[in-house]
Amino acid sequence: MTHRVAVTGIGAISAFGFTYKDLWDGVAAGKSAIRPLTLIPPGAVRFPNAAEVPDYDPLRHFEEKEAQMLDRFAQFAAVAAREAIRTSGIEFSPGLGERTAIVLGCSGGGKSTEDDGFHHLYALKEPRVSPLTIARAMSNAGASRVSFEYGITGPVFTVSTACSSANHSIGQAFRMVRSGEVEVAIAGGSEAPLSVGFLKAWEAMRVVAPDTCRPFSLDRRGLILGEGAAVLVLEPLERAQARGAAVLGEIAGFGMSSDAHHITQPSALGAARAIRAALTDAELAPEAIGYVNAHGTGTLANDATETEAIKSVFGAHAGKLLVSSTKSMHGHALGAAGALEAAATLGALRCGLIPPTANFTAADPACDLDVVPNTPRLAQIEFAISNSFAFGGLNAVMVFRKSD
Amino acid sequence: MSDELIARVAGVIAKTQKIPLESVTIDKSFEELKIDSLDGINLLFALEGEFDIDIPDDAARGIRTVRDMVEGVEKLLAAKAEAAKSPQ
Repeated sequence: MTHRVAVTGIGAISAFGFTYKDLWDGVAAGKSAIRPLTLIPPGAVRFPNAAEVPDYDPLRHFEEKEAQMLDRFAQFAAVAAREAIRTSGIEFSPGLGERTAIVLGCSGGGKSTEDDGFHHLYALKEPRVSPLTIARAMSNAGASRVSFEYGITGPVFTVSTACSSANHSIGQAFRMVRSGEVEVAIAGGSEAPLSVGFLKAWEAMRVVAPDTCRPFSLDRRGLILGEGAAVLVLEPLERAQARGAAVLGEIAGFGMSSDAHHITQPSALGAARAIRAALTDAELAPEAIGYVNAHGTGTLANDATETEAIKSVFGAHAGKLLVSSTKSMHGHALGAAGALEAAATLGALRCGLIPPTANFTAADPACDLDVVPNTPRLAQIEFAISNSFAFGGLNAVMVFRKSD
Repeated sequence: MSDELIARVAGVIAKTQKIPLESVTIDKSFEELKIDSLDGINLLFALEGEFDIDIPDDAARGIRTVRDMVEGVEKLLAAKAEAAKSPQ
């Protein structure tokens, strides 16, 4: 027997603050949280801005000894998971823990931890690095941390597919709950990519904007990196209803594809196949979709290619879709991106308010969709999709449904 | 545009792309040389090292041919020489 999959908890930490409410209030107001970088020395990279979690103090969230064991990305995962689980109202007994999964996406793992170790090794010429380096830097450290905190002993793993990590993770969790393989799943993604070494690598790729992120705008100049985490709690709809939990939305489908084309250039064909796969999985016609939370990175290549993909799947209906990129506000948080966008999309369906594409200046004929420029839009929508298209050509698309 | 500069840029392109030097002539487009966007970024990186220059993202964006690349490098070298002449 398969189940409808309800979302009963959402947690987030982002450039807007330490809670899901901070994230939702920010994107719903169309505010951009892109600000000058403070985590690395000024002038260390060509681009001055990022979407940093502001004033983050680990000791507000962890004991000193615990904080020492956890890289920033793993801390973010735990902070968001705690909020999501608290909201869901689920108490994990040992039995339920065994029937619960955690799937958290992460692209880079503990970049600051690695950077710091290499600095000691190569710059300071020290012969050793901290023995905690491996445990802090491994990409599954966030998922593992959450499992310890709640005694989750079922399937726990991390998916690392660059910018699609979180969607691939939520998708796996969704399928495990839908099929009955697990009773509850905790899913999302976290990322803390703002270390000097990693940002130098992004600088060299020449895809980061020198000003801000302007998805679908004619004068867009690239993406803006962000950080944070978002986590969803998933369970069968009937289970949520039976225990009287508030249902914040449903996951209705999930689709994946690979471009098998190029390591960095996107492909409209591959993206379109993932969108179609997601619609098929949700048993929906394209016309059922009202809102698209776009991958919308703000690079020249992505936004035009994504537009082409959307038009090829939705045909004439593409003109009726509301399409926005919330990356214009919370930045591109890589392995956390799909999770932050899932949280934003669920908010949009629940509140009947579409977060805009912020920082929009002028229309690009190559991106001729209704991209909800700058101003939030009131719209009662039942189904939305959220796109993630990763370097490496790996695409993952979620379908969300407004709760009844 | 000096022959020496053309030869140096062509040398960097041939070495980075692992293609015969003879194939890299001034009127070739990147498309003809099978240089895609990621190769292009890698080339800019190699040219920055070869000539000790910084190529801004905006200057890099419109480059489509070997000629564009040589002209771009020439401009940046001229700006660098000018900066070295002026006091401070």
